[in-house]
Amino acid sequence: MATLFEGFTLCGLVQTQSASDSAIQGIELDGDSDHAVVTDSTRAVTLYKVSDQKPLGSWTVKQGQLLTCPAVFNFQTNEYVVVSDNKVIRVWKEEDLHLDKAFKATVSADVWRVHSAPGGEPVVLFQRGAVRLLDSLLSAPQQPIEDILSEEEKEVIRWSTNIVAEKQHFVLFTTEQKGEHFLYVQRLNPNTLQKYRLEREDSRAPPLSFSASLRDKHINLLYLYPNGCVYQSVVAVQGPVGLEGVQALPRSLRLRLPVGEGELGAASAVALDEAHVAVVGMPHPSARTGKDFLCIWNTNFQTLQADKEMVGRICGQVWCYLGKLFVPHGKALSVIPYECQKSSLASALGKLRHPGIAVSKSSVAIPSWNTLLHGDQPQGPTKIVDSRKSKLRRKSQSAPALTVDQVLELIKTGPVEEVRREVEALVSRGDAQDLQLSVGRLACQLVARSQVETAFYAPGALARLVKTQCLCHSMCPDLLLLALEHKDYFLCQLCLQLFPDIPEVVTCACLKTFIGVPDDDVEMVSLEPDSVSFMEGLVAAGARGGQQNGFSPALFEEDSCDPHHQPKPPQHQDKKNPTLQLEVCPVGLRKAVLLNEVLQTPYSDNLLVPHLKDLNAPQVISIQEIIDWVCLLLDAHFTVLVMAPDAKGLLSNLQSFVKSQVKLFSELGKIEGSLQELHKMKPSKDISQYSIEVIELF
Amino acid sequence: MGEFKVHRVRFFDYMPTAIRAMAFNAHTERLALGRMDGSVEIFNFADHYFQEKVIPGKDSRSIEALCWVGGRLFSAGLNGEITEYDLENLRPKYSLEAYGGPIWTITSNSQGAHLAIGCEDGTVKLFEVLEESIQFERNLDRQKGRIISLSWHPSGTQIAAGMMDMIRVFDVPTGRAVQRLLVDRGFGGSKSRETVVWSVVFLSDCTIISGDSAGKVQVWDGHTGTLVKTHLVTKWDVLALSVSKDESSVVVGTSEGTVIQFQFIAPTLQQQQDKEWVRTRTFKNHTHDVRALAEIETAIVSGGMDTQLVVRPLLEKFDERSHASALRKIQFPHRNLVFCAKKAGLLLFQFPGQLELWRLGESDGHGKPGDSLPLKRKPEKLLHLKRKGEDHICCSALSSCGGWLAYSTMSSVRLYRLQTDNNDISITKVPKLPKILRSAHQLCFSSDSSKLFAASSQSSVLVIALSQSECKYVHTLKPKSGSRQPIHLMTNSVDGKWLATANSDCEIHVYNVQKLKLHCIVPVYGSCPSAMGIHPTTNNLTMVHADQQIFEYSIVEKQYTDWSRKLQKQGLHNLWLDRDTPVTHVTFNPKNPEQILLHDMHMFCIIDQSLPLPDQKTQFYNQMTLRSLSEQERPSHLHAFKICKTFQDLLSVSLLDDQSLVMVERPLLAITSQLPAPVRQKKFAT
Repeated sequence: MATLFEGFTLCGLVQTQSASDSAIQGIELDGDSDHAVVTDSTRAVTLYKVSDQKPLGSWTVKQGQLLTCPAVFNFQTNEYVVVSDNKVIRVWKEEDLHLDKAFKATVSADVWRVHSAPGGEPVVLFQRGAVRLLDSLLSAPQQPIEDILSEEEKEVIRWSTNIVAEKQHFVLFTTEQKGEHFLYVQRLNPNTLQKYRLEREDSRAPPLSFSASLRDKHINLLYLYPNGCVYQSVVAVQGPVGLEGVQALPRSLRLRLPVGEGELGAASAVALDEAHVAVVGMPHPSARTGKDFLCIWNTNFQTLQADKEMVGRICGQVWCYLGKLFVPHGKALSVIPYECQKSSLASALGKLRHPGIAVSKSSVAIPSWNTLLHGDQPQGPTKIVDSRKSKLRRKSQSAPALTVDQVLELIKTGPVEEVRREVEALVSRGDAQDLQLSVGRLACQLVARSQVETAFYAPGALARLVKTQCLCHSMCPDLLLLALEHKDYFLCQLCLQLFPDIPEVVTCACLKTFIGVPDDDVEMVSLEPDSVSFMEGLVAAGARGGQQNGFSPALFEEDSCDPHHQPKPPQHQDKKNPTLQLEVCPVGLRKAVLLNEVLQTPYSDNLLVPHLKDLNAPQVISIQEIIDWVCLLLDAHFTVLVMAPDAKGLLSNLQSFVKSQVKLFSELGKIEGSLQELHKMKPSKDISQYSIEVIELF
Repeated sequence: MGEFKVHRVRFFDYMPTAIRAMAFNAHTERLALGRMDGSVEIFNFADHYFQEKVIPGKDSRSIEALCWVGGRLFSAGLNGEITEYDLENLRPKYSLEAYGGPIWTITSNSQGAHLAIGCEDGTVKLFEVLEESIQFERNLDRQKGRIISLSWHPSGTQIAAGMMDMIRVFDVPTGRAVQRLLVDRGFGGSKSRETVVWSVVFLSDCTIISGDSAGKVQVWDGHTGTLVKTHLVTKWDVLALSVSKDESSVVVGTSEGTVIQFQFIAPTLQQQQDKEWVRTRTFKNHTHDVRALAEIETAIVSGGMDTQLVVRPLLEKFDERSHASALRKIQFPHRNLVFCAKKAGLLLFQFPGQLELWRLGESDGHGKPGDSLPLKRKPEKLLHLKRKGEDHICCSALSSCGGWLAYSTMSSVRLYRLQTDNNDISITKVPKLPKILRSAHQLCFSSDSSKLFAASSQSSVLVIALSQSECKYVHTLKPKSGSRQPIHLMTNSVDGKWLATANSDCEIHVYNVQKLKLHCIVPVYGSCPSAMGIHPTTNNLTMVHADQQIFEYSIVEKQYTDWSRKLQKQGLHNLWLDRDTPVTHVTFNPKNPEQILLHDMHMFCIIDQSLPLPDQKTQFYNQMTLRSLSEQERPSHLHAFKICKTFQDLLSVSLLDDQSLVMVERPLLAITSQLPAPVRQKKFAT
């Protein structure tokens, strides 16, 4: 889960005349993690202490002069560098009071940006694409600067950044030329330049923002288009050296943002980590009004994780430094701390992080988003081509039928049965990628109608949609609650099985409902047959009393030591094994099935706990039962857990704890005799200094 | 057999003092034990570890070390004196100021010609052992720092001296220090403290083994003065060392109460030639400092702050598990410290420094066996009599009527007249005792309280006539054997005719007190009598020996009784013989002449002479069985020995004239609880 915390205003902003211009050119870090160097759009550079929200120093150029690039901090010399009037490089230290008295050097060509990052020397990027290290440039300011980008063809730089990694230094910049967009990757030392062509978006609109980050020896470029598509392209750090010419830059769709009416105007996306993207200047998917939200999206699940409305005009700028987002909006520059936790679900699905560890798909019944979005190999550009091909192929195979929009129209008015049929037809011919979007829209539409029209409820159509595995809770948040409302336990079960992102509050609501429901009500309901038969087997085995202590030799035999061979059915059984211990299952069969589904739902503990408090005391099981369950679970899964690196620490802690307990008790056992003697001695303690007793000898 | 009312007495606060020094005489098999209060005890290891002699202590005397030279016993102490003991009269023979300040150690060379002492002033002084005394010969080179421990090389030409932070080796003929072995200090906080070399032994191959206050046992090469091996055995002090006679084993005693054995063995079977000192066994039989140690032929003997003497047999020296291979702890003295006035119901407790006279409580109730009766009157301490002078009390006596009380120290005998009027008690010291009555090893009053018998030197007995007005010397009874040993047991008959004495030569003399002459000598038995008594009606003398044998001798007929012969013929039950504490009291039941009452530390026994003797197959401890049987079945299971183990840690058992028993217990736990805290040891979960 990701969280946006309460933000604060770092400084006020001067309104600029033009709506498109921002009041801020750039925000950079300096040597202190709590500092921010803010360069405004005209003449001033201000150094802020972020936590105190107060300026520490401010430097301005004379009237008539203009800062043409954001000030940066030279981490090697602890100096600030800024460019005024395109050609004058100024260098100063924090203690310098006046920028005019600082060091100045005039260079022979127009500078686009100066970039600096910790661990690397500042580099100067000229408007015509040449790159110089600051030091070497300042040593000979008037050196000739070559043209990389041709002036005649009007290729201009749109965005640039630099990346320092493993002693390698990159300058990345994108250019626009006649509606085409290119990415230049300039490596320094040795200097190589690689040019890539960005795939053209259908709307031919230029990308709104770029964001580059370095992960796993790859540069990830994330860019946002006005239609809400967020693409990712990957460039290897150890790039294809020596390849001449312009390469096509493969891309993959990471996120399709709901854009509401019209396209996005001033918006920006920045990658927070491998799974989270912060987007500013977009509408809230449910609010539908205004495009002034800051949102954090999970790209793996395409779910909205956190949002915050930003008051005032947003100019599509966002910077992200050290867990803080800097967003200029309206008349203020806001600093919003954020946190991206890996939810338990994310780690359960964490193929991106641990591609080597096979995660049993049966353990959490959810679709693999990676397969869906990128194929099995994440970030693999070729797969995109594959999926596009298959898309084409599938499209050609599909029979003529109602389009999605037509079905949507039908849902608004049509009868239940017809709706079900058309949905069925649509779903059965849809291809994966489009399906996901259309399924969401269909489900939302169905739910919306049911909510308005109490008589209308289309369980069959909904179940079919859920079964596509393209639906998730965040796409249609009201679906599960609607199913609960209509006591459609089958749909509930499907949702619980297939939705990866059910919020804990909803899980708890399900649990509460299931516990509260009378057995008679459920017994007639048809549930997913596999789970029912499984539970039947369990209850029967429990009734036989065959397994008393959770230890099942057969299961242990089945547990292969080979990590690649993880037998699915046994493991599935293992998971549910503890139910065996309820010698007589206290609830009815179907109720047990439902409860079991709840137990298997992914959850995040700190989010679940507050909702569990809502359960009434009689519904809560005793500590002893909980411990028994945990022990049995451990027993049943011991061999699997032993193999799992995540569980290792816990297991070894448990083991040492149990060992110490066993030792304590065995030591106590040793002195048992003595303790009993003490017990025996107790009456004799009454013997005081003197007594008169009677004894008898025979 | 019947019910007894028992006065269970636990108010005798007997407290033995800590063991400070020990010396074993392998020739006579006697162990000399020095305690903190200056008393010396002699145990006969050839006779079931019987405590043969006790030389009472003295306030000013301290014993730091003991040393045998032939049959002569020497001690030295922090009072700066060397003392030789007169083992026949149980007193110091002479004391000699050594003029070297406090003396830490005394040791003799193997030839027995010289004694060496280690003094506070840094000198090792040599004394020549003469016929009747010792004579200062010379000092070895004086060192800086006190001499804590000494050990002669068996050749007598060198002496190793343990000091502070070092060991010195002296060449005896020249008196020069020839080696200087530096002993490391402890770690951590103890780095700043000097290491005290508490003990050294010098072996014939010139190996020196030392034990020090840093917890180390170190093996040194005495030729080169180099350290061969260090064994860190404790966090506390290594206090005592003792080497076996064949020099193949060394035992060390530590402050933790452990005794650790080192053996000179080859570490592997292949290399039998390359022997080294290897730590082999650890014994933990003490709770406190082990201050004194002796490795004898078959056992390790140890003693220390926890006051008990422990004999730990080395099991590899025994072919089979037997009585002799069992661990033995000697906690109580093998003599009486409690005297009971049977008629008056008074108890006299003897402490080294005082006497306590108590009147027993009363109860008029009756109860079932196992009941505690309600007390009508609580026991009462009537008298607390402090001794006069520095010498500790060595013996005392209380007349059975409760009218007379006597005690003796090494230097004087005091006699008191006691008068009790209801609750008031008055005590009067009897003035002008006969001059001949200077000191006594044993005292006893005749049963009619008309005479006082005092065991004097050379096994003689002084007879003193007592009357209200005067106290008159009557006669000295002398044995014909000419034994010079002291009397340790004395008893007289109820009819006032007979007096029996037993001495450390195991001789038992019976005197006719009316005729004031020796009546007979009981045939000498090889084990020392530990208790004896004369039967009130038959005048048979019953004797129990340190080896647990029981004899009954008819004084009138001057021969063993038939019962005694029968008992000897059949033999005592093994379980009786296997007991490890001696019987310290024999008494009789005047109302039932068949009964002999005995006790040792762990049991109380009534022998019914009318019943069949148990044979080896009989269940010996059969009281529980008998209790469970019906009255008809019982007679077929009865045997003569009726043993009661309800009462433990018994110091005394006597039968009052009203047929009630007085059991004086001193629970060992109560003794332990009065000991100082042992060194702190980290134990699990503390």
